[in-house]
Amino acid sequence: MNNTVISVHNLVKKFGSFTANDNLSFEVYAGEIFGFLGANGAGKTTTIRILSGLSIPTSGEVNVAGFDAYSQTEQIKKNIGYMCQKFSLYEDLTVKENIILYGGIYGMSKSLIRERLIELLAKLRFQEYENRMISDLPPGLRQKLAFSVAVLHEPKIVFLDEPTGGVDPITRRQFWESIYETASRGITLFVTTHYMDEAEYCDRISIMNDGKIVALDTPERLKKQYNATSVEEVFIKIARPV
Amino acid sequence: MLKAVESSGISKKFGPTIALDNISFSVNESEIFGFIGPDGAGKTTLFRIITTLLLPDEGEMSVLGMDSTTDYKELRKNIGYMPGRFSLYQDLSVEENLNFFATVFGTTVEENYELISDIYSHIEPFKKRLAGKLSGGMKQKLALSCALIHKPRLLILDEPTTGVDAVSRSEFWDMLGKLRKYNITIIVSTPYMDEAIRCDRVALIQNGEILSIDTPQNIKAGFSRKLFTVKSAEKYKLIKTLRKNPEILTAYPFGDSIHVTLNNNTLDNSLYEYLVREGIGDAVIMEAEAGIEDRFLELMEKDNGITNKA
Repeated sequence: MNNTVISVHNLVKKFGSFTANDNLSFEVYAGEIFGFLGANGAGKTTTIRILSGLSIPTSGEVNVAGFDAYSQTEQIKKNIGYMCQKFSLYEDLTVKENIILYGGIYGMSKSLIRERLIELLAKLRFQEYENRMISDLPPGLRQKLAFSVAVLHEPKIVFLDEPTGGVDPITRRQFWESIYETASRGITLFVTTHYMDEAEYCDRISIMNDGKIVALDTPERLKKQYNATSVEEVFIKIARPV
Repeated sequence: MLKAVESSGISKKFGPTIALDNISFSVNESEIFGFIGPDGAGKTTLFRIITTLLLPDEGEMSVLGMDSTTDYKELRKNIGYMPGRFSLYQDLSVEENLNFFATVFGTTVEENYELISDIYSHIEPFKKRLAGKLSGGMKQKLALSCALIHKPRLLILDEPTTGVDAVSRSEFWDMLGKLRKYNITIIVSTPYMDEAIRCDRVALIQNGEILSIDTPQNIKAGFSRKLFTVKSAEKYKLIKTLRKNPEILTAYPFGDSIHVTLNNNTLDNSLYEYLVREGIGDAVIMEAEAGIEDRFLELMEKDNGITNKA
């Protein structure tokens, strides 16, 4: 896992006099499940917007999937996928329509979209749902489809925001299996979550506090270092020192 | 023991969708009772029935000794309700929101200040700020203050910790614990299994049905098999390899390990030897204590008739 897909050096992002990201440096590798944690307001969203080409850094070097975060934001957007719990699919479109829409947005050819559609429906055993509205799907199925759509164009990096919040325990397990499967194909999973159980599944995690990264290591080593039995304990110890 | 809520045979349908299917439970006075289950399990529908905002199709619900369908006017004075979606007026300030809720219930902030002082003191420095401009953790504290300001006997909290960071969640549960001394009964829902241990008793809920009601300790103890954790650097290969072995009953990813149960329920060297034969030389296998989520999975499997390799 030495193939770097995200490299950030001395990233600073200011909004007026407020420093949202204060000199961040870290690297993320191909096929890695990377947990990006922090309390509300720590500055995570600002970083993710920069890593997805939606916002330009104030200073520092940022490279995502081989592209520069100042001058190549459009190329960055083509090489990433995004999924969050709250919104990912259009509820008033059918399963098939969502897949075609996203395929088109990602600039995939019609024949490739057709191919992926058939593949995906078969893989998810979704054939009977092809023409169903998203709003009629049970939450578990919706979430599986949302993830499949986020990786439809085989991006180098997928951003996942609290991916398994609110789903039942069986669906949650199946979801992590598909994340492992995706990672084993060399795709990087960049996970943000408030759910510390989800952090335990990550290969490495970083914890942000007040615009700075205050910890970055494997969950196991962080637990040892902070003499804690869970990532939750580590987080509570360091995320907001009193 | 006095009951704050007694429910028998509650059912509710929305068109063809069965939201609640024959739900029976009781909540003791002054206890913290949790409903744990995923989105769509029926938690919010049930809370809307308890708070008299929705009528059940069938069944009976007694709340604080009153009938929730007929005594709703009296009941509403005694219930504090914090709905899942942000319930405050975004364009009123912190202070204005609190005063508004106090006035609606015919009281004043001063009269019941003691009850909320612990919670409200965290946000009081920002009392002139609009509620819409507060952070997630602060909104949650203000919403709790507003739900408490009329000194209710029963507090109903619908997913109060969803979307809130781990530090604020932990503080929130500490605050609920402190409310015990005022003899307020608290019913709370959450999709986070790890919050179950903060409750006196919990109901596991799924697809409109209650799978189990007990203390968190008894729910964990209800796990019927021996549980083992298996770790390896190559997690995906490990799961696939474990699933191929006919000795394995279930294998699920759980954080940094795979939770495994065995058909004959006894661990010997054969599993380790099998993994080595399949090219996983670094496996570490240990017996472990089941958690709430393990038990929830087991109950779901029974419900779905899944016995092997989900």
